[in-house]
Amino acid sequence: MERVVMKGCEAIAEAAIRAGCRFFAGYPITPQNEVPEYFSRKMPKVGGVYLQGESETASAAMLYGAGCTGIRAMTSSSSCGISLMSEAIAWMAGANLPVVICNVMRGGPGIGSIQPSQQDYFQATKASGNGGFRMLVLAPSTLQEAVDMVYSAFDLAMKYKNPVLVLADGFTGAMMEPVVLPPAKSEEFLAAERKENEAWACTGRKGAAQRHHLGCGVVPGMATRMPLEEKNKLDFAKYESWKTTEVDYEDYQTEDAELIITAYGVAGRISRSAVDLLRADGYKVGLIRPRKIHPFPEIAFEKLDYSKLRGILSCEMSIPPQYYYDVDAVVRRRTPIATCLRSGGEIISRNAIIEEAKKLYGAK
Amino acid sequence: MEEKIYKRPAGLQDNINGYCPGCFHPGIGKLIMSVMEEFDLLERSVMVDGIGCVASNMSYIGIDELNTPHGRPCAVASAIKRCSPETIVVTYQGDGDLASIGLAETMMAANRGDNISVFFVNNANYGMTGGQMAPTTLMGMKTSTTPYGRNAQEHGYPMHMCEVLNTLTAPSYLARVTLIDVPHIKKAREAVKQAIQHQLDGKGFSMVEFVSNCPTNWGLTPQESIQFIKDKMLPEFPLGEFRNR
Repeated sequence: MERVVMKGCEAIAEAAIRAGCRFFAGYPITPQNEVPEYFSRKMPKVGGVYLQGESETASAAMLYGAGCTGIRAMTSSSSCGISLMSEAIAWMAGANLPVVICNVMRGGPGIGSIQPSQQDYFQATKASGNGGFRMLVLAPSTLQEAVDMVYSAFDLAMKYKNPVLVLADGFTGAMMEPVVLPPAKSEEFLAAERKENEAWACTGRKGAAQRHHLGCGVVPGMATRMPLEEKNKLDFAKYESWKTTEVDYEDYQTEDAELIITAYGVAGRISRSAVDLLRADGYKVGLIRPRKIHPFPEIAFEKLDYSKLRGILSCEMSIPPQYYYDVDAVVRRRTPIATCLRSGGEIISRNAIIEEAKKLYGAK
Repeated sequence: MEEKIYKRPAGLQDNINGYCPGCFHPGIGKLIMSVMEEFDLLERSVMVDGIGCVASNMSYIGIDELNTPHGRPCAVASAIKRCSPETIVVTYQGDGDLASIGLAETMMAANRGDNISVFFVNNANYGMTGGQMAPTTLMGMKTSTTPYGRNAQEHGYPMHMCEVLNTLTAPSYLARVTLIDVPHIKKAREAVKQAIQHQLDGKGFSMVEFVSNCPTNWGLTPQESIQFIKDKMLPEFPLGEFRNR
């Protein structure tokens, strides 16, 4: 295991290559430019393909094409760039393609700002395109998590035949931090997987009994489309299955907590440190931090003992809040929920979280 | 002793096509598949279909095939070819797909010289959606969104994609053909062969533009639509090989 100091975006790209990513297409947009730049340097050295698309729209279409060949493939962008990719993201979800997308979030809406934000929560978890599809959405709060999540994202994409979204932010993308890099997947493993994927890939029939057709409304490996409603039901069953197999969250000091702070991504990291300071000050505070924001970890909130809770503080870098509404939906007024918010590229501060937590907590 | 000299190409599915009577689409698909068969490529080819009438192809083509978002076939095909260089990758696109919503994808794949073959069906309107104005709609032509006829002041002029792409350095083969009679069909087949041969030889981007018809939306009989191509389309879209390296 190597421990190295890396910049977030470069660590994300390196983790992807070690996970066996052999195709990357992207288009310049701050704050994720180091991702495509890193791929453009490294892909020729590992026999992979790097393509600079003419737009985010085209880059995501290229990812669709690469995904159709059964190769491990990825794109990255930021916020308004992801909006442009939403066309192909919906198609890749509809076609059940195993691809990875990384959104290094910036301020919004529209051009917004180039600084870090968490303003794409709804887009990431609810509607990254038309048609009501879902993705697994991984939300790293540290560089190590970003590396581990990107690494696992490719396995998850292959396992579920579904796009996987890594929702990072400009903070995580730009900072430098020591990370332990995972071992690179072997060429033998990747070749065997690609051979296996020939059961559905569109690269020529190669003697198969029937042709392969990929597109929305098709289960990979089929020769033609099925009734769309049937396909929608199959996909729905897959999304539902994630609620038992893919829920992933950090439960920190919640055992005796009278106040829960909840946040994801970089806001989750800052909240964790606020919990430590509040605990040192005698406040019984805990943290619920989803590592995956879809599927949402409802169980983390269901298992709380609301009779002893003073409230929940939901923190995020988005005004209006978005993550808050998923918390609210599961808490169902069993305890008061307050928010601590920043937005538009402003970083949430630990002191502000502590102050809001103390207000909600009341007398010790 | 009889000798079989003509048959349905093996690359077509064994079902009846649903294109409008007199439409050139089935003929173009048949030409492409007959060339694929002649070159023994049916087992190692993939067709990337655009959106519109071209997407109906999915029901008729027997080789590996994928649907793509409107206008993106050239981007999708470029990625497939780079990930799987041994696969012969062709796109099948209409005028709205290739020259309007997908203009950037078409231009940039051509400019990169991606080693794919593009089959472009130009019938001067959006057929599937009911005959709206396309980038290739002729001057004065009435469509469902140019009810008073296309005029330069409001709509600009027809786009000539072979000529546009011929300004780029990278493309290796560009030709415009039509299917109005047997001699032209033979020339069209020759152009398809050239395009595929260029890809087999690794020469880069090739495109064949088919000056096609749309009897339904043009409001003409199939016979009249062929006369319309001769009288109106071909003067605007001259046939020929624009590039052959």
